[in-house]
Amino acid sequence: MNNSARIDQIIATHAGREGPLLPILHDVQKEFGCVDAEAEAQIAHGLNLSRAEVHGVVSFYHDFTAAADPRAVVQICRAEACKARGVEALIGAAEAAAGGRVRISTVYCLGLCSVGPNARVGSDLHARLDEAALVKLVQSA
Amino acid sequence: MTIVRISDDALALACGADTVANAFAEIGCTVERTSSWGMHWLEPLVEVNGTGFGTVTPDDISAILENCSTKSIGKIADHPFIARQQRLSFARAGRTRPLSLEDYEATGGWAGLTRARSLMPDAVVSEVTLSGLRGRGGAGFPAGIKWQTVAGAAGARKYVVCNADEGDSGTFADRMLMEGDPFQLIEGMAIAAHAVGATLGYIYVRSEYPHAIAKLKAAIALAAEIIAPFQIEVRVGAGAYVCGEETSLLNSIEGKRGEVRAKPPLPAHSGLFGCPTVINNVLTLAAIPHILIEGGAALYDSHGIARSKGTMPIQIAGNVKHGGLFETAFGITLHALIYDIGGGTASGRPVKAVQVGGPLGAYIHPDRFDLPFCYEAYAGVDALIGHGGVTVFDDTADMGRMARFAMEFCAAESCGKCTPCRIGSTRGVELIDRICAPQATVDAVAALPQMHNAAKSARSRAEDIALLGDLCETMKDASLCALGGFTPYPVLSALQHWPEDFEPEV
Repeated sequence: MNNSARIDQIIATHAGREGPLLPILHDVQKEFGCVDAEAEAQIAHGLNLSRAEVHGVVSFYHDFTAAADPRAVVQICRAEACKARGVEALIGAAEAAAGGRVRISTVYCLGLCSVGPNARVGSDLHARLDEAALVKLVQSA
Repeated sequence: MTIVRISDDALALACGADTVANAFAEIGCTVERTSSWGMHWLEPLVEVNGTGFGTVTPDDISAILENCSTKSIGKIADHPFIARQQRLSFARAGRTRPLSLEDYEATGGWAGLTRARSLMPDAVVSEVTLSGLRGRGGAGFPAGIKWQTVAGAAGARKYVVCNADEGDSGTFADRMLMEGDPFQLIEGMAIAAHAVGATLGYIYVRSEYPHAIAKLKAAIALAAEIIAPFQIEVRVGAGAYVCGEETSLLNSIEGKRGEVRAKPPLPAHSGLFGCPTVINNVLTLAAIPHILIEGGAALYDSHGIARSKGTMPIQIAGNVKHGGLFETAFGITLHALIYDIGGGTASGRPVKAVQVGGPLGAYIHPDRFDLPFCYEAYAGVDALIGHGGVTVFDDTADMGRMARFAMEFCAAESCGKCTPCRIGSTRGVELIDRICAPQATVDAVAALPQMHNAAKSARSRAEDIALLGDLCETMKDASLCALGGFTPYPVLSALQHWPEDFEPEV
């Protein structure tokens, strides 16, 4: 099945729902790692929206990206509670360990605010990180 | 056969609960996965024959089973952290399996819904009003009044929407409730639906909470027959903090950009898809089943002080020794929360500041730690309790940097609809930078040819501070929602109480 047929299938899965756009975008992002211009156009056509409307939504939310990034991602929480527990002192080491292979991304809060610094790789959560543990996490991502 | 109880809450998992649970299972123990007690510094917390063991690793297992472990904390329910609480919404925390209908029923589940359905809808609304319950999302609007408005509004359809976009740093009560006791939230929504005449409900959960999303979906499937004909669907956010604001959340469910709507119309009159909509926070809806049992409203009203009634699940977070979930009646002081219950900072250093109410809450100075935890007392000192998050900072915190971060965060998360928030936040970052490192040059914006009224000579540091004050006033008064409107609280409180942290480095 080519990409276009798969996107049509995703659109069809959600078409009967109220407000189907976000569920569709989530599925497309998950499957292709991005919602690119072609996908935007196809979704707009499928839902009878303008391309601008779909692009406006895609560009608004942090979870949707215009181009796929093949690198592994380590999300590090840098919100207040993790700052209070010293996350900022670990960022340099994490970035050095990441090099060009891993993408370090900032997330504002994983909801584990009493046991930070915290990070997430895929659906795995990690708490009570110190520099050594975070570096190890980045290296194994 | 030894029964071992270990939480499967996301925080316990992050601390290694699965590894411990698997190790117990491998040697033949029966492992039950429960909700979390909320004593986060002890996770993974293991319960064997009623006795708790904190921060367990697989290496501790043999000592635990041979009854000679030094990690015993005694009977968990008798631990001072638990015994001091007044748990209504979190009464089941640590005690039941989140997706067990059997456990839920055995602990009083569905009693509120059964009784509510035996009453006329307006009687249900009156009981909620009588209980004094106020919205737990932050604004503290009386829940009964909101429901009454929706019940009285004309509309072809009505909706119940649960705001589970818990984006505030320092808060995790919604997450714990959705993961630990999802049926209670579902029951609360079903009662709301009966009270206002809604047939469909949505729970909007942030995408950062995959475990909560999975639990809710499973729980909704299990409870579908019980709550029928009412139906609930989970909708997943997409990483926008501002979608925790109710009107932007509604836009997001509709498949639009999460931009804030101007009010009026209120969502109660014209909410989701233009229909009358009850939109309440997770904790508000989760308090409902308890209120609707016989005598529940009066009992709820008997807790708390002044106009802050009932209990608040307070989240103790940040640099604190004993962090976790502490549900108690309104009125407790920060001093009690941080020192008596929280045990002071995790680092062992002195407490410098406490931010109450998430990223938009004021930084509170230790001088004010005797303030009673309630909506009015906090409003009286230009602070807010918000969603009940308490984030502790030790004396290494740089409040100038934290103030800058508040503005940076607002700039990153602004929906862009209103000018004070969209532009003010970026100008705020620049101003704080100038205050902390004064420049001899005219600032770049003031130098633009179209800035006719701006002074053409460089501002002094005192003028920059005054300008920051003006900017914050504008943001407070003229922003459409709490993001731009409340960002000045952390900024101004930091500047007021810790001006030395804004001094230029020598």
